[in-house]
Amino acid sequence: MKNKRSSAPQEAETRPSRCPDNSAFKQQKLPAWKPQLTIASVLSTFFLTGAFCLSVGVSLVVAANSIRETQIDYSDKCSNCSKLRENSSNWNNECLCSINFTLAEDMLGDVFMYYGLQNFYQNHRRYVLSRSDEQLLGRNVDVQNTYCAPFAAYQNGTPMAPCGAIANSMFNDTIDLFYNFNSSVIQVPLLKTGNSWWTDKNVKFRNPESHNLSAAFAGTARPPYWHKPVYLLDEEDERNNGYINDDFIIWMRVSAFATFRNLYRRVSRKGQFADGLPAGNYTFLISYNFPVSKFKGKKYVILSTMVWSGGSNPFLGIAYLVCGTAAILTGFIITAIHLKLKKRKTYFQRR
Amino acid sequence: IFAFLALMCLILAIGNGIWESDKGYNFQVYLPWAESVTSAPLSAFLMFWSYVIILNTVVPISLYVSVEIIRLGNSFYIDWDRRMYYPLNDTPAQARTTTLNEELGQIKYIFSDKTGTLTQNIMCFNKCSINGKSYGDVYDKSGQRIEINENTEKVDFSYNQLADPKFAFYDHSLVEAVKLNDIPTHKFFRLLSLCHTVMPEEKKEGNLVYQAQSPDEGALVTAARNFGFVFRGRTPETITVVEMGETKIYKLLAILDFNNVRKRMSVIVRSPEGDLTLYCKGADTILYELLHPSCESLKEETTEHLNEFAGEGLRTLVVAYKNLDEEYFQDWIKRHHEASTALEGREDKLSEIYEEIEKDLMLLGATAIEDKLQDGVPQTIETLAKASIKIWVLTGDKQETAMNIGYSCNLLYDDMADVFVIEGSTSDEVLNELRNARKKMKPDSFLDSDEVNIQIEKSSKNPKVLPDEQANGVYGLVINGHSLAYALEGNLELELVRTACMCKVVICCRVTPLQKAQVVELVKKYKKAVTLAIGDGANDVSMIKTAHIGVGISGQEGMQAVLSSDFSFAQFRYLQRLLLVHGRWSYIRMCKFLKYFFYKNFAFTLVHFWYGFFSGFSAQTVYDQWFITLYNLVYTSLPVLGMSLFDQDVDDRWSLLFPQLYVPGQQNLYFNKTVFIKCMLQGIYSSLILFFIPYGAMYNTMRSDGKAIADYQSFALMAQTCLLIVVSVQIGLDTSYWTVVNQFFIWGSLSVYFAITFTIYSDGMYLILTASFPFVGTARNTLSQPNVWLAIFLSIALCVLPVVGFRFLKTLLRPTASDKVLLKIKEAKKRPPPPSPKRRLRRTSTRRSGYAFSHQHGFGALIMSGRNMRPKSPFATTGTFSPNSDKHKHKGL
Repeated sequence: MKNKRSSAPQEAETRPSRCPDNSAFKQQKLPAWKPQLTIASVLSTFFLTGAFCLSVGVSLVVAANSIRETQIDYSDKCSNCSKLRENSSNWNNECLCSINFTLAEDMLGDVFMYYGLQNFYQNHRRYVLSRSDEQLLGRNVDVQNTYCAPFAAYQNGTPMAPCGAIANSMFNDTIDLFYNFNSSVIQVPLLKTGNSWWTDKNVKFRNPESHNLSAAFAGTARPPYWHKPVYLLDEEDERNNGYINDDFIIWMRVSAFATFRNLYRRVSRKGQFADGLPAGNYTFLISYNFPVSKFKGKKYVILSTMVWSGGSNPFLGIAYLVCGTAAILTGFIITAIHLKLKKRKTYFQRR
Repeated sequence: IFAFLALMCLILAIGNGIWESDKGYNFQVYLPWAESVTSAPLSAFLMFWSYVIILNTVVPISLYVSVEIIRLGNSFYIDWDRRMYYPLNDTPAQARTTTLNEELGQIKYIFSDKTGTLTQNIMCFNKCSINGKSYGDVYDKSGQRIEINENTEKVDFSYNQLADPKFAFYDHSLVEAVKLNDIPTHKFFRLLSLCHTVMPEEKKEGNLVYQAQSPDEGALVTAARNFGFVFRGRTPETITVVEMGETKIYKLLAILDFNNVRKRMSVIVRSPEGDLTLYCKGADTILYELLHPSCESLKEETTEHLNEFAGEGLRTLVVAYKNLDEEYFQDWIKRHHEASTALEGREDKLSEIYEEIEKDLMLLGATAIEDKLQDGVPQTIETLAKASIKIWVLTGDKQETAMNIGYSCNLLYDDMADVFVIEGSTSDEVLNELRNARKKMKPDSFLDSDEVNIQIEKSSKNPKVLPDEQANGVYGLVINGHSLAYALEGNLELELVRTACMCKVVICCRVTPLQKAQVVELVKKYKKAVTLAIGDGANDVSMIKTAHIGVGISGQEGMQAVLSSDFSFAQFRYLQRLLLVHGRWSYIRMCKFLKYFFYKNFAFTLVHFWYGFFSGFSAQTVYDQWFITLYNLVYTSLPVLGMSLFDQDVDDRWSLLFPQLYVPGQQNLYFNKTVFIKCMLQGIYSSLILFFIPYGAMYNTMRSDGKAIADYQSFALMAQTCLLIVVSVQIGLDTSYWTVVNQFFIWGSLSVYFAITFTIYSDGMYLILTASFPFVGTARNTLSQPNVWLAIFLSIALCVLPVVGFRFLKTLLRPTASDKVLLKIKEAKKRPPPPSPKRRLRRTSTRRSGYAFSHQHGFGALIMSGRNMRPKSPFATTGTFSPNSDKHKHKGL
């Protein structure tokens, strides 16, 4: 074959032959990088990954440990309210419930207040689908053609605004926080806007265009579980009312799991609370509207600070530590095996 | 795999039933059941089908399309290979079917034709022995024989105007002997120019073309022509010969025709001087009986030479003459005429008459003709044998011829423990011979405890797959046509397969085209092996069609074989490249492709399965609909195609140099059930990581600015990004040959993923098609978070590191045979010049005189066999000679 290689190209030049082109592609001789698993590359991969994982893990754990968090399950503590809510005929009766708690340490920095739900399957397929994004963009849509059913329209044909199971089941407890300072009770100032994604607030949700909001929603009705129509969600702030209400937007961003927490309020860093929440006694005053006992769910209210890696989820840190340790251990095991084999090899060679 | 899918769906459906009755029932406040659903079992039933739709990606439909593309690509590589292009007749290799490439990497049995496939079907006058002197070898000054190669000086025949320019001879002493008017030499060549049935054709002055019935004869007459005894023309009664430039007309008195029993032919001519002479040529065994006692010493010398020639794989003929007495001849010719016109028993009478006159012959010498092998055949066969491919030669030739070719092309060799010859002419004899052979190869194969026997016992009657049996040495088997006919009958079949498949080489001679196909069929039936048949002529068509893969040699013998073949090329030696390089690559690529493809689909799909447990078994998908659509189509299709079109674990030189690398393919080690289960497990593991790492990282957590990140859309984006990066890294691990294209495809696919993701999650798209792109802003909000990237990195590390470690430890601790070879190659590469493998593999064909110098004497009796001649040409047959009814086909089947 060797002489053919030299003779064939000349032939191809002299006459058009059926000889295939001598291109690297056609002859499968493209230049290539041929990586191979060598002991050096494998070990360095393991040790480098291990070291990286360990350091990331340590910093994550340290960060997560610096988070101050208080979580209070109030579904049981307000048992009288939860009993009341079990009977849906009492829906209009207000039920207030106050919970006292003590912060042992200061919560410094931005403090966020969440409500948490357990066993609430926001990720159920039919639940996830049960909304109309077009309606929420302020467009005029026929809700009957959406997946909103059975929360699309009333029997008389009045469409619900907003429609769908998600909107209908919106979390509607109101939670206020009071600071008991030297026997005086100070309401902690809370921010209710700026809690959602910018894209959601400005792109994904829009109110219908009209001279005022109630006119814009004329011809629609509130979802059956709501106490008030959508244009009364926040009567004080025009830019937080209707579909672009932050609480509503946050609720509409459905959670991936059945247990989740949504941002409810942020502590406004003013006056006494400029550095966060000082240690002391506090009281949550909760208007209990959202029934959870029926589906064996639980409700929480959570106060938490944040770090660069997010909330107080230790999982990532621990996983990194485990992964790093495992990688380094495997590295050592491979080294040991390699050395042993090498020794045996040289031993045999010597013999 | 379908069962697996059904099982998963069933689990999820049951889970849904339980969930709906337990939790969903209570959850109806917020999410009432759909109108048609009235109970949990019904919901479970519906959910089963929903999950079938979602999880059906474990059965990848796009697989079939991709497989076809890969096959097509690899077929083009075969067409494009310059190393399989034969410049002499401008024939590139051709893949005529595109669906069999990977089977080329799994061949266990090759069935080869002989004539035109192993040999060129060109005869060359190579050596001769005249009056006890051997000509044809070239010696250097010190008397050492030197190998003839392209550089050896050829004999210059320019003194002879009528010489055939293509004829090559290297021994100058023979020409000198001719020029010196050495009488035996002249007689020798005169005989060659007279005693034959060749027809000359002279269209232009001096441009002679011989039409010979058998190529052997043509070779002999051409040799005589070049040495100055030019056979120039014949009429029914005369033969014109230009002897050393001098035209002589011989009267042709009789042709004593060739036949199978006589194994010789003679002519009786009257020279211009008036001498009556009988010239005879024939097989040595026959002719030696007829010699005059005075030739005894010459006979011994010639025998020595004959053995030497035969040992080199040459076909030999002995030539002799006899001066006739005028009176005796007249008497004889009369009787001959009577015999040839006899009505009854004409044949017998004729042969009696012939025998009477063909005796007391004077020995002149012997000729040796080379049945020229194609270039590189012995090397190819050696290489293929090293790749533990079993080669069966099926030829229409006679046994001696076939075995001789077997020796000369390295199929049979002296180091073999034994070569069994099966030539029984009854069913029982054949059975005995086969059994004896098997007994010798594997003595305990007759014990009841032998596994194969047990297996045969168990499943009597219906055809089953026989396991491979190991013989205790290297054996060859030669089986005759009529013995084969018995052996192919019902009960002997099994015996034949067991015995023959233990041998390294099987040669079947005198087989019909139908038998060729039957033999192939037999092996296909009893062995789970891929078979390949290679041939060039119409008589090979049935065999080519029967075998899994048919290869046609696009040579001299028409196009039938090529037309019915799957692959075709011009030279037998390209077979090694087709199998060891293209076949192997195709096989490995296909296996890698399948492994990876199943892996990526498992990793992709099973995430849904795990998510089912967390989403109330509601058939909620993890990923965005768009991602599901584009995953197989855009994001992951090109890298895997790139890998399976360009990957090479070792390049072509090494795979030819280490044919052992071919063995894993034969045993289908790279893709079988175990491998499939392994890649399934890997996929399951990856999907676990790919689900639970994002789950853990997102569970109850927030962005660093306190806003949401644990929402469904962010989770979907994170999971799909993890998945895509992991499978991209995985293909990076699988790729062992990174060309520019691979790099481009892999990086390109990743960037296309991010580009598409950001596009379809953008504001504009949302405002245009609100319902289709609900993920607006997710990419921007999620992928800017450090903990998302940390989670992605962690999933990659967890998915990839175990694979790396496992693979490395496997090669370290339990290396397979091919791992060892690869290691050797790696070591050899470190040493600067790899031994030029091409030189080693390609040697000039004459070199084979080095092989098999001293094999058995019996094969010295190589005979011109059935292909010699028939005096049927209108000129040659003088009216008195009845044309012999010659049954032999002109060429071996």
